Amino acid sequence: MKQSFSRKNITALLILVVSVILLSVMFGLIPPKWQKTFITACYYIIGALGLNLIIGVSGQFSLGHAGFIAIGAYSVGIIFQSNATIYGFALGTALGIVITCAVALIIAIPTFRLRGDYLAIATLGFSEIIRIVIQNLDITGGASGLSYLSFEGINDQGMFIMMVITIMLAILLIVNYVKSSHGRATVSVREDEIAAEAMGINTTKYKTVAFLIGASLAAVAGAYFGPMNFFIKPGDFGFTKSIDVLVIVVLGGMGSLSGTVVGGIFIAVMNTFLQDYSEIRMILYALILVLVMILRPRGLFGNKEITDIWKKKTKGAE
Amino acid sequence: MLKIDNLELNYGVIRALKGITMEVNEGEIVTLIGANGAGKSSTLKAISGIEKIKSGSITFMEENLHRKSAQDIVKRGISHVPEGRRIFPGLTVLENLEMGAYLRKDKEGIRQDLKMVYERFPILEARSKQDAATLSGGEQQMLAMGRALMSRPKLLLLDEPSMGLAPILVREIFSIIKDIKKQGTTVLLVEQNARMALSIADRAYVMETGSIVLSGSGEELASSKDIQKAYLGG
Repeated sequence: MKQSFSRKNITALLILVVSVILLSVMFGLIPPKWQKTFITACYYIIGALGLNLIIGVSGQFSLGHAGFIAIGAYSVGIIFQSNATIYGFALGTALGIVITCAVALIIAIPTFRLRGDYLAIATLGFSEIIRIVIQNLDITGGASGLSYLSFEGINDQGMFIMMVITIMLAILLIVNYVKSSHGRATVSVREDEIAAEAMGINTTKYKTVAFLIGASLAAVAGAYFGPMNFFIKPGDFGFTKSIDVLVIVVLGGMGSLSGTVVGGIFIAVMNTFLQDYSEIRMILYALILVLVMILRPRGLFGNKEITDIWKKKTKGAE
Repeated sequence: MLKIDNLELNYGVIRALKGITMEVNEGEIVTLIGANGAGKSSTLKAISGIEKIKSGSITFMEENLHRKSAQDIVKRGISHVPEGRRIFPGLTVLENLEMGAYLRKDKEGIRQDLKMVYERFPILEARSKQDAATLSGGEQQMLAMGRALMSRPKLLLLDEPSMGLAPILVREIFSIIKDIKKQGTTVLLVEQNARMALSIADRAYVMETGSIVLSGSGEELASSKDIQKAYLGG
C-alpha cells in the first residue's frame, strides 16, 4: 500500500513536469487576449480549490473567501512596493499565508459553533471586516489602493507557469489530505457531524484544519491577483468575490477537484466570449449558470473525479 | 460500571433532564423506555459527551466523565449508536466501519474486529465496497451497530435500534443485541418499542418528561399494570 502510494506521487510529479512544459509552450502560441483568460482561470482555480476543500470536503459553507484573497493580495502588494522580484513574491505569499492562517483561526473559533446558512453569514461578516480594516490602514493605501510595480523578470508566460505549478501542488496537497486518515475524518464530519463526534472524531479540529488549508489557498490566489491586475483596491474584495469563487465550486461539483479546474476554465472562457456582448453579458452569464444547474444539478462533475474514468473502464475512455 | 447521579441537562430554557439517577452494571442490558420527549436520547447524548450537562455527575469505571470531550469518552470505552443510525452516506460500508475504529492504533486488533463484525453481520461483508447510502434501513442499522463495535467498546449505547424497521428485522436486531451482551459488552438501550426492550433487558428505567418514574427488572416492569397501560397498549 505504502509503496504504491509513493509511486503514485512520483508518477504524479512526472505528469506535472511534462504538462507544465506542454502547457507553457501552448500558452506561448495563443493570442494575448486568451493568455489573459487562462491566467484569470488559474487564479480562480487556485482560490476555488481552497474553497472546495472547505465546502466540498469538510462541508462547511463559508463565504469568507474574499477576505483571505485580499490578505494574500495586500501582503504581496506591500512587499512589491520595495521588492518586485520573484523573491519578493515568495516572501509576500508566505506572509499572506501566515496572516491568513492567524485570521482564519480567529474566525474559526467563534463561527464553527454555527452550521449551514448561519456559518455562511458569519464568515461573510468576517470577510467584510477584513476589507474594512484594509480600507482604513495606511500601509495598504486605504480606499485608493495600491499600484503594483511590474513583476521583474516574470512575464505573462512566466506567471502562467508559476500558477499551473501552484495548481498542481494544491491538487497534490488536497488529494493526499483527503486520502489520509485526517481527510477521511474530515469527510465523515461533512457526512454526519454527530455520528463523527460519536465515533470519537474531534470535529472542530478537522473543520478548522480544512478551513486553514482552504483559506491559505485563497491567500495564494490573492498573491497572484495583484501582479495580474497591476492595481488592487479594497473594492476588489467585496463579497461578490466570494460568490465568484463559490460559483466555480458549485458549477464544477462540490468535492470534485477536476470539477473545480474545469469550472474555473469554463467561467473564465465564458467571460471572455461574453465580452463581445457587453450589454447583455451578465444576463447571458446568469442564464448559462441556470442552465448548467438544471442540466447538471450536482455540478459538472458531481463529486466524481476525472481519474474515476480510468478506475472503472480501462483505456479507451478518453 | 456506569453511575449517573442527579443529572440535569438543558436545551436553552427547556429542561430536558431534571435530575436523573441510574446505574448500569457490567454485563447487563439496561433499557430506558418512555414516550417521545421523555429525555431518553438526551441521557445517551450526555453520557457520550455530545451534549454538555448542566449539573450532576456521570461516572464510568470509577472515573468522572465531567468535562470530558466526546473523543475522550470513546477512548474510555463508550460507543454510541445515535438515533436514526447516522451512517456516513458518502463513504463505503468498509470505510464506515473503519471510521468506527478511528481512535485505535492496533492494526491487528482492528482487522480481527472487522472480521468479527463481518461474521456477526454477513450482509455488511457482501456490501463492503458499496456506498453506505444504498443500504436498506435494516442494513444501515447493522452498519451503525457494527461501526460502534469497531471501537471495541466496554459499554454500547443504542438509541432506538428498531426505529423504522419491519418487525422481522426488529427481532433480528434484538437477538443480535443479546449476542453482543453474551460476548461481554454491556448495553444501555433506549427504545420506543417497550415490549421488545423489556423482553431482553436485565433491568429497566421508565422515563417521563425528564425524570425517572419507575425502575425494576425487565420482567417486573413488563408485568406491571401501570406499564402495561401506559406503554404496552393495555
